[in-house]
Amino acid sequence: MFRTRVFDASDLRRAHTRIAHEIVERNHGAQDLVLIGLHTRGPAIARRLAAAIASFEEVDVPVGSLDVAFYRDDIGLRNVQPLGPTEVPVDVTGRVVVLVDDVLFTGRTIRAALDAVTELGRPRAMQLAVLVDRGHRELPIRADFVGKNLPTGVGEDVRVRLSETDDVAEDAIELWAPDASGGSE
Amino acid sequence: MKHLLSIEDLDRAAVEALLDQSDAFLDVLARDIPKVPALRGKTVVSLFYEESTRTRLSFETAAKRLSADTMSFAVGSSSVKKGESLLDTVKTIEAMGIDAMVVRHHAAGAPHRVAQWIDASVINAGDGRHEHPTQALLDAFTLRRHRGPSLDGCRVAIIGDIRNSRVARSTMLCFTRLGARVTFVAPPTLIPERLDGWPVTVAHDLDDVLGEIDVAYVLRVQEERLGQALLPTLREYYARYGLTAERAARMKPDTFVMHPGPMIRGPEIATEVVDGPRSLVREQVTNGVAVRMAVLWSLIGSGGHVA
Repeated sequence: MFRTRVFDASDLRRAHTRIAHEIVERNHGAQDLVLIGLHTRGPAIARRLAAAIASFEEVDVPVGSLDVAFYRDDIGLRNVQPLGPTEVPVDVTGRVVVLVDDVLFTGRTIRAALDAVTELGRPRAMQLAVLVDRGHRELPIRADFVGKNLPTGVGEDVRVRLSETDDVAEDAIELWAPDASGGSE
Repeated sequence: MKHLLSIEDLDRAAVEALLDQSDAFLDVLARDIPKVPALRGKTVVSLFYEESTRTRLSFETAAKRLSADTMSFAVGSSSVKKGESLLDTVKTIEAMGIDAMVVRHHAAGAPHRVAQWIDASVINAGDGRHEHPTQALLDAFTLRRHRGPSLDGCRVAIIGDIRNSRVARSTMLCFTRLGARVTFVAPPTLIPERLDGWPVTVAHDLDDVLGEIDVAYVLRVQEERLGQALLPTLREYYARYGLTAERAARMKPDTFVMHPGPMIRGPEIATEVVDGPRSLVREQVTNGVAVRMAVLWSLIGSGGHVA
């Protein structure tokens, strides 16, 4: 059951712009950065952040995509399938990697991503950017850049819909109550 | 999916799902560290009652790339020599705690029996003249990478000892599942006596089909299985069915050449054809590891059978 709209398209655009600025500010520029999006929506968000950074900083930050299926800790407990290709166009060694995902929940996906990136090389630092932090962490992991902190119930459903990945005309993030069917995250 | 025993058990969607996953594993193999922790803590044992180099090594490589532990069981140096039955051997290995058993056996149906006896997943790595499903999947995967996701309308000639070949049967089934049209090309004595219900056509003259095919899939003449006098001489066979450079030149310029190995270079398939630009032979071997990773992952990793 629909509960509330957390972000509409304009809110999302502003959140992307702000996060892009925060990333550049924190890292004193955009040199040496690489944005790595986690499937399925992370790569699209990473591309938006890179476009925003290019617009005000005039640096083309490399964007990669990462699939963490083979690094998860719940393999065998549920149906785990690869969601897309892992493609990182540059050597991450010595760079600052910013992991990008839509929703931060238990933190287990991020833990898997830390392992996956480590096998690609040794970044100087890794940071995390998410559109929504919905709480309920099961691991000591936190985000460096957050679109919105959203208190949720464990059974609730945060639905992110992006034009690139979800076949919708307009971006939105919504909170749905437990009795709703379908959805993800 | 709990076991992989036969291509016959898989419909088109199941084949495509396995091949899609193989793409992901081929990416893993191309990395600097071509290894993922997906099957950490799982144990894969290979039980080979027939000799094999590439299939056994390919499975063991696949398991290691997934971080599984591997055990290898060579019949020659085992208690089988002392008369232990297949049942007892399998039960003994299972008692050590394993998750998957890769079985090759000279008797058709042996992996099916093993699957009834143990709780672990069983993968058929070749049983007698029956099936060799992972070879078929890697063949389809290799061809698909060059022909686009579907093989609809693709014309394949499988040339050689069809009668004794488990590869011919599995690969024919798998190619057909994806929409290809398969022709068996061999002398009448090397074609199975009955092909009832097999979705294939038969040709006895290689030169008749050369110009029409998109893929020439060459099989080895299995001298160890020939037994009876099915061929006057191998020389005569090679004269009519060997894929020489001259015959290859009469194929369409974009016709691919495949071979499951081991090859007899020269009479069976000319060196310049094997090493030529249209040959997928080496790629088949590389892709074999990725496809077997996908199979192991689907059976004991992904949890697809847990739900």
